[in-house]
Amino acid sequence: MADPLLCVTGLYKNYLENVPVLKDVSFNIESGEYVAIMGHSGSGKSTLMNILGCLDTATAGHYYLEGRDTAALSSDELALLRNRLIGFVFQGFNLLPRSSILDNIALPLLYSGKSKVERREKATVMLTRVGLAQFGDRRPNQLSGGQQQRVAIARALVTDPKLILADEPTGNLDTQTGDEIMKIFQDLNEDQNITIILVTHEDDIAAHAKRLIRVVDGQIASDQAS
Amino acid sequence: MIIGALLGEGWAAMRANRMRTLLTMLGMVFGVGSVIMMLAIGQGAQLMVNESIASMGSNLFIVLSGSTSAGGLRQGSGTVPTLTLDDAQAIGELTEIASVAPNLPNNAQLIYASNNWSTQVLGTTPAFFDVREWPVVSGEAFKDSDVRSATRVLLMGQTVVRNLFGDENPVGKMVRVKNSPFLVLGILAAKGQSLDGRDQDDTVYVPITTAQRQLFGNQFPGMVRSIMVKAKSAEVMAKAEQGMTELLKIRHRIHIGQENDFSVRNLAAVAQAAASTTEAMSTMLGAIASVSLLVGGIGIMNIMLVSVTERIREIGIRMAIGARTRDILLQFLFEAVMISLAGSFIGAVLGVACAYFFSQYNDTLVVVTLSSVFLSFGVAAAVGVFFGFYPARKAANLKPIEALRYQ
Repeated sequence: MADPLLCVTGLYKNYLENVPVLKDVSFNIESGEYVAIMGHSGSGKSTLMNILGCLDTATAGHYYLEGRDTAALSSDELALLRNRLIGFVFQGFNLLPRSSILDNIALPLLYSGKSKVERREKATVMLTRVGLAQFGDRRPNQLSGGQQQRVAIARALVTDPKLILADEPTGNLDTQTGDEIMKIFQDLNEDQNITIILVTHEDDIAAHAKRLIRVVDGQIASDQAS
Repeated sequence: MIIGALLGEGWAAMRANRMRTLLTMLGMVFGVGSVIMMLAIGQGAQLMVNESIASMGSNLFIVLSGSTSAGGLRQGSGTVPTLTLDDAQAIGELTEIASVAPNLPNNAQLIYASNNWSTQVLGTTPAFFDVREWPVVSGEAFKDSDVRSATRVLLMGQTVVRNLFGDENPVGKMVRVKNSPFLVLGILAAKGQSLDGRDQDDTVYVPITTAQRQLFGNQFPGMVRSIMVKAKSAEVMAKAEQGMTELLKIRHRIHIGQENDFSVRNLAAVAQAAASTTEAMSTMLGAIASVSLLVGGIGIMNIMLVSVTERIREIGIRMAIGARTRDILLQFLFEAVMISLAGSFIGAVLGVACAYFFSQYNDTLVVVTLSSVFLSFGVAAAVGVFFGFYPARKAANLKPIEALRYQ
């Protein structure tokens, strides 16, 4: 049997010596799933998401990504995983304000050592795919929130990742723009079989996912198909 | 990460905060500028000293006659006429000695047509021009036969020529020295200032016998003021000095324990002292200037630390999308080095320009060498790396999640 894409077993995370944020969290996510992680603020869902994204490390327990124990990897190996395997979409977009839209999208390719020509080409393709081809030379603050989030999605997709981690991707957007963004995620999941993990506290956003994991006080309260 | 991309990132960061970049660069501008200028001034001074040392002649001794002491009152060197032409000749027979020139200087008024000029008249032998490595540029030097027969001929320094003759060619003309007519045999090459600042070209030279018998007659026949001695090589200087001293002690019947009535000075040692003084001076100038390079480097470190703190979020984003430790390290290191090199470049231009103006207004020799420019550039780059490393490492060692969450 092939390893699941993600395997979390007995995960603990403490802050400040003994303040537990995550307590004995375990679940698997198979390739191609569309999962929503729900919880109130302070429930530990963002911490969980950061650990899944290899941005943070667990205090105890194991997190296997493609069968590899992330606890055993060096910071550079984790950076490589983030670069090749994972695409991030944040609530605050997190684009580099001084760089052009095109450069923002091309940035992950820079860290995978691609040539300048290749970076430009792939970034342009991605930009066109999210429907912003004419804005390549602009700065992020010259675009609307929805447009910026689409740029962030393009940046997340440019390295052809297997997994997209979206942390409250619609949190800073109005409902209509939010729906547009959610549509993009849905298409990515259905058409390209990209695994999507969505962190949110809104029920109607979570409803887009096919599986729902509820986190309450650092523990998994429920895990079911929606 | 690729060099081109690093340069681009560095350039973008420098442009994003122009005023701050400029102010940071200022430290390097003045650092490099002052190092280049100070080195130029120091090297110019060294060159000038070396030139005057070379103009003196090499491996030289000067033997001076001694001092009188009458009733406890001691007069200076040369007040007792203890040295003679025979002494000079005897010294010349020592094996370590290449040539010997006895000197008898005095002052006299020279008259040509309606011009007159008071200058030093030095009685000597033809060997003098060999000892001092001083060629005749026009006409010819007097010969040993002139010394034997005490003829009234003279050689002129350039300053005297200018003052007495102006543009006229003096060779073959008659001038009056203390009212005796003298034939101008030739003109000496220009020699410039001596180490003590005296104009070496403001002198005329006559055969020593002529000076003794016809110009400055005195009660001691054969007396000379000093003897210039040239040793055969730098290696035999010590031996030559000892040989001369022994010889003169015997000739002057100086008993053991009695004070010498002459003194031997090693001019090479004097020159060496002057050279090492200027060398020390230029080293010191360079050292002082390089302190400002250090200060400039600290300025860079300061600003880079601020810049890292300001851009922690950016660093977090970069890490989230796959930047490794060394990618971040190189990015900030490149930025520091670029600021430092850009500052150095402006500083180098400014330093060379200032050195040029300095030499124009002060009439001093200033030498900008390519090596000093490269040196300060190299040091500046090293300063950039050294002082940029700490902030860059601080940036690179941030934890991704902490950097990303930083507000």
